[in-house]
Amino acid sequence: MNDLSVYIHVPFCAVRCGYCDFNTYTATELGGGGSQAEYPANAMREMDLTLAEDRAAGYEYEQVATVFFGGGTPTLLPADDLVSMLDHLRRLIPLADGAEITTEANPDSVTRASLSRLAAGGITRVSFGMQSAVPSVLRTLDRTHDPEKVPQAVAWAREAGLDVSLDLIYGTPGETLADVETSVKAALACGVDHMSAYSLIIEGNTAMARQLRRGELEQPDPDDMADKYELVDDLARADGLSWYEVSNWARTPAQRSRHNLAYWKGTDWWGIGPGAHRHRDGLRSWNVKHPSRYARMLAAGEMPLADSEQVAGEDRVVERIMLELRIADGLAVDVVPEHRRPMLAVHRDRGHLEPEALQAGRAVLTRQGRLLADAVIRDLVP
Amino acid sequence: MPVTPRIAADEARDILPASTPQERLRNFCIIAHIDHGKSTLADRMLQITGIVEDRAMRAQYLDRMDIERERGITVKSQAVRMPWQVDGVNYALNMIDTPGHVDFTYEVSRSLAACEGAILLVDAAQGIEAQTLANLYLAMENDLTIIPVLNKIDLPGAEPDKYAAEIGQLVGVDPDDVLRVSGKTGLGVEDLLDHVVRTLPAPEGDPDAPCRAMIFDSVYDTYRGVVTYIRVVDGHLKARERIDMMSTGAHHELLEIGVSSPEPRATQGIGPGEVGYLITGVKDVRQSKVGDTITTSVRGAEDPLEGYSDPKPMVYSGLFPIDGSDYPVLRDALDKLKLNDAALLYEPETSTALGFGFRVGFLGLLHLEIVRERLEREFDLDLISTAPSVVYQVLMEDGTEVEVLNPSDFPVGKVHEISEPITKATILVPSEFIGAVMELCQSKRGSLGGMDYLSEDRVELRYTLPLAEIVFDFFDQLKSRTKGYASLDYDVSGSQVADLVKVDMLLQGEPVDAFSAIVHRDKAYNYGVEMAGKLKKLIPRQQFEVPIQAAIGSRIIARENIRAMRKDVLSKCYGGDISRKRKLLEKQKEGKKRMKNIGSVEVPQEAFIAALSSDEGDMPKDAKKK
Repeated sequence: MNDLSVYIHVPFCAVRCGYCDFNTYTATELGGGGSQAEYPANAMREMDLTLAEDRAAGYEYEQVATVFFGGGTPTLLPADDLVSMLDHLRRLIPLADGAEITTEANPDSVTRASLSRLAAGGITRVSFGMQSAVPSVLRTLDRTHDPEKVPQAVAWAREAGLDVSLDLIYGTPGETLADVETSVKAALACGVDHMSAYSLIIEGNTAMARQLRRGELEQPDPDDMADKYELVDDLARADGLSWYEVSNWARTPAQRSRHNLAYWKGTDWWGIGPGAHRHRDGLRSWNVKHPSRYARMLAAGEMPLADSEQVAGEDRVVERIMLELRIADGLAVDVVPEHRRPMLAVHRDRGHLEPEALQAGRAVLTRQGRLLADAVIRDLVP
Repeated sequence: MPVTPRIAADEARDILPASTPQERLRNFCIIAHIDHGKSTLADRMLQITGIVEDRAMRAQYLDRMDIERERGITVKSQAVRMPWQVDGVNYALNMIDTPGHVDFTYEVSRSLAACEGAILLVDAAQGIEAQTLANLYLAMENDLTIIPVLNKIDLPGAEPDKYAAEIGQLVGVDPDDVLRVSGKTGLGVEDLLDHVVRTLPAPEGDPDAPCRAMIFDSVYDTYRGVVTYIRVVDGHLKARERIDMMSTGAHHELLEIGVSSPEPRATQGIGPGEVGYLITGVKDVRQSKVGDTITTSVRGAEDPLEGYSDPKPMVYSGLFPIDGSDYPVLRDALDKLKLNDAALLYEPETSTALGFGFRVGFLGLLHLEIVRERLEREFDLDLISTAPSVVYQVLMEDGTEVEVLNPSDFPVGKVHEISEPITKATILVPSEFIGAVMELCQSKRGSLGGMDYLSEDRVELRYTLPLAEIVFDFFDQLKSRTKGYASLDYDVSGSQVADLVKVDMLLQGEPVDAFSAIVHRDKAYNYGVEMAGKLKKLIPRQQFEVPIQAAIGSRIIARENIRAMRKDVLSKCYGGDISRKRKLLEKQKEGKKRMKNIGSVEVPQEAFIAALSSDEGDMPKDAKKK
């Protein structure tokens, strides 16, 4: 059968950042077997159960094409823990030749030694949460690392033979266009072949949202966000990177994150760890969030599922449009329901879709269109 | 207050309905401003004359609809027959309750025409108000005998001497002859009833002539159909007779005839000078019109009584359900209200901005407000109403004439001239505000007709004002410029040719019908700028730049731009939580469904509602609140 991607969620951080609404915990000790130290064993147990469940449902994967350790801060765990989880996985399903094995990392949670241990254990790629090169911006984001450490961490990673990506956040309250320029240039100066830049989204249940409500931070302005996005794109292009997903740039097609693309292309993936989401042929399911509850369910031999939904019919079309339109390969126009197809030309004329690609039967966003992707999607879905 | 009636029920045989001689009848109404205590005084009269027992008494007994009781407004008049004895002689008094409001002048005039006299009731703490004054003039023109009365004399703030002088001068009596009562405590009410018997003339119809009875009110009742209130002028009406409506020639069978005392009671008939009700089985008040003359089918009268006219809507507004699927509910609701409201006219209207609704004609702004409130309350509808508009007569260059009830129906082509309705308006105001009121009227294209001091510090200003200016925001302005002390009455009194233009609001070149307005040329620019500014604030940014323009014909007089939205994308992938992403999208799509499309511009309905409601004119009832 097809290839599989595996996402492994490590729900631990040294500190929780003010903007973060991900499922992550700063305590090292959590009851019920949910502590950091017990995490790898739990994750491996979940892999076993998932494999058994797939088989029972008639799904068998030939090989694992990509693995992604995300968080949280995966590198808060000892490198050996990540490696042993990876080893366990490959005992269940072989890794493909040239498989992309990524871990997220904080620039200050790695050492030369830990990076080389990761590389030796089979990790091929590291994605650093750089966020910004400007100290005041990092402070607003509650990031603890010293921006000067980033080039060092990148150098160590490259020395260890790892591909490197840098993650940036733009649109932090108080951040100027010049700050964005400084950050992007600093990232590109590290010589990376891959960069992600996400606009800060302040979710309602975060500390930052409360600061906004109290008037301690300025409300992000969408025009300013658009200016910053365009600046990121300009600088990336000038450096030889091109976009392949709304928020991701790579130097060559080979350097695109295949794991990232798996989400947008709708292939199958496992989601291991508390709160992780998985996808199997239209069945989307997700785990309970709390590590203790997660651990207890696994200890009882149960899949730690919170809920699931079978996406079918029109909803699958909605998902395809919503996901595939965001990538540079675009969306085949025949996915768009017939009564919505006239909107394709409308968006081409408004400058949101590439005319040549459309001529060739694919809807591909222009830069202006990428900034309005959700509006375009709303016009195309059934 | 325990009262012993002067006439016991079994002693009233000489004043039975249909057989009371005219000299023992007195028909009167009470002219008063809202909350000057008319209903409370009426309550006391019901109690003192013994027709409502103390224990059955409830406040504002005669106001039937909840909405009336809550707002202190009497919308529909009724007649109550009360026994009263003076100097050992029994009399039957008919109290006819008049609508106390500016929009119901015609109904008031018919109620007045059913009476020989009127009690002018004025709050001793507030003095006379403009609408009361207007009704007083109307009563005087109908040659009614006026009994001036100050009410609420028990209140600490009462200034009876001051206001006795004021109304004494208006009515032409010595201030000492102004009666003083308290409807609340009953003080002076017996004297007042004696006074009614002694000073009001008895009816003087011809008992032997063919029957002529005037309809002064017509009310739809769910169980009984239309109940018609009449004053018999000449001759007799007997139970089970066939009657004719003289305006239409329609025949009806009399199913029931009777008097209210205050509950309806069937009688053998109604004699000359008497007041009562009749039921014919018709289901729509339009078949029993206020002002019409009833006669008997056999040996009927040749000529109707004078004064009949059809109610004519003066103000039109579009009513639209906020939820488009409520359209059938609105249609049924209007059909039901129509049964009880001969002045209510409507026809379906489709608006690009607001969807399906009705163009509804009203007697005036208060009528509009009452109808709208009843629709919302009794039928649980959420409505949006477009800015009220008056009826314009447009004469085209080619000689054709077009009546325009809706600015968006304004004819295309060369216009020769446009006429608009004008009003005679009366404003009563403390003298310190004369300047402010004159300035306001000036800015509303008013011309001063005259000015009189009612007392040292109160002035009556008479203006001719375009009705369109009054329905726009005149009440609000008047209120704010006089700290709420001014009161206003107006009556439509013809039309004038004026330099009017239609201003359209365009979104990306497409007219938004709900915002078209007919305004004076001098004000077109202001209207355009204000509306464009308002829409710019209310309409969210689109994927493209949207010009908002105000235009007279093809000439643009004002312009604003809604800049194109530049960012509408959530870059986060939520760690593979695609379900959450899809739900967000579904939510956004729901929002999109609630949008109205003007061309390719998506406008949330709330934006239309906000733009339409912010400068809605307020009602005169508020103009006097202090």
